[in-house]
Amino acid sequence: MSLRTPPLRDVHDAAGATFTDFGGWEMPVEFDSIREEHAAVREDAGIFDVSHMGQIQVSGPDAERLLQRLTTNDVSALDAGDAQYSSIVNADGHLIDDTVVYALPDRDGFLFVPNAGHDDEMMDRWTSHRDDWEMDATVENHTTEYGMVAVQGPNAPDLVADASAGDVLDLSMFETARTEVAGVSCLVSRSGYTGEDGFELVYDNEHAETVWDAFDCQPCGLGARDTLRMEAGLLLSGQDFDAESNPRTPYEAGIGWTVKLDTEFVGRDALERVKEEGVEEKFRGVVLRERGVPRHGYDVTDGDGTVIGGLTSGTMSPTLDEPIGLGYVSTDFEPGDRVGVVIRGDEKKAELRTPRFLD
Amino acid sequence: MSFDVPSDLYYLESHEWYDPDTGRVGISDFAQDELGDVVFVELPDEGDELAQDDQFGVVESIKAVSDLYSPVSGEVSDTNTDLEDAPELVNDEPFGDGWMLEVEGVDESDLDDLLTAEEYREQIE
Repeated sequence: MSLRTPPLRDVHDAAGATFTDFGGWEMPVEFDSIREEHAAVREDAGIFDVSHMGQIQVSGPDAERLLQRLTTNDVSALDAGDAQYSSIVNADGHLIDDTVVYALPDRDGFLFVPNAGHDDEMMDRWTSHRDDWEMDATVENHTTEYGMVAVQGPNAPDLVADASAGDVLDLSMFETARTEVAGVSCLVSRSGYTGEDGFELVYDNEHAETVWDAFDCQPCGLGARDTLRMEAGLLLSGQDFDAESNPRTPYEAGIGWTVKLDTEFVGRDALERVKEEGVEEKFRGVVLRERGVPRHGYDVTDGDGTVIGGLTSGTMSPTLDEPIGLGYVSTDFEPGDRVGVVIRGDEKKAELRTPRFLD
Repeated sequence: MSFDVPSDLYYLESHEWYDPDTGRVGISDFAQDELGDVVFVELPDEGDELAQDDQFGVVESIKAVSDLYSPVSGEVSDTNTDLEDAPELVNDEPFGDGWMLEVEGVDESDLDDLLTAEEYREQIE
């Protein structure tokens, strides 16, 4: 299988980026250093090429009904120009992917953004259910035609405002507008994946370089994107949950708030039972109190040798300068409890936390 | 991009270097660049016996964990404790203050199994 490449691959290469295979895409992982890129986003601003994210447009008379039945959040609550974070679950209530659903600001219909490499699977899911339910909706996979950048950081709003024809500073979190950025028509959304203020822009790929060049700030790769989202306690699909290898319900994953049981969707009955019965494990953070780095796959213990959970993500937090991890831990334990993390056979002292490490 | 490969050192294919003058062991400029920001180095205790190609520790960057292998057999006579609080020395000075171990009692014949600087340079280019 050959890797899919973002349209700006050669631009990134010329800027000195190193690349990695992520979800079947050859994406920049690092431009300068993860530490520098991470700090730029926390203190100033950085730009990410996130063209590997899927882009699926749903339109037609039954577009809202179709999305309502395939995502857990309440799509009917969206006015044109609103967006919402949501879960996509199977009939067992296990997460297949997480996504953002946009009610398009300037036309009928919706756009939703599955994670890298999930776009074909979601196309199949949407079109097969549409056909089974005999709905009148058009589902189009625009992942290859649409590009996406994220401009993130405390100074990102001003950068985006300066480059935009419209007044994007009026947008609140998860609001979108269509406006020209550097002369290019963009869907501009106040959202991101870093724990900072900022915007995500979607545009036709023929203008990718114009949009990228419109922002004079630190280019950032997927390495910094990962450390930033971990500090913010945000899930990474395929890493922190996976329908095959690590099936988790939204309640376990800490995103039960995206589940609206008063709507009808695939997996609803299973999730209603989970909600009634409660969960045995919950997505938590850990901070190591000894030297070492928590990583995916490490056991979490009660501090006395008994395994109480496992990590799905971890790193040395560049902002906090502390070793942090994310994972699923027994609900018998609470944030603040002393726990352990087993690193290469040694049980290291750690503290259980809520997933968000930032103040 | 070109990397430092000091000519008086010997190398493993896995990017560790050995300096026969000082007995010191570390990782190469190429290796530190591949790893990116080093955040943690786990080293053996003084007095530990190492065999050539034994795993002696672990180096972790923000994005990856890598095993460290000993270029030579011998006894660990010193470790670089500065790396506990300043692991970034491995990035800043991989052949200098970013050294990891000092090994003594090394048999000269171990060097025959290592790459010369010229051979190592060919491997990374």
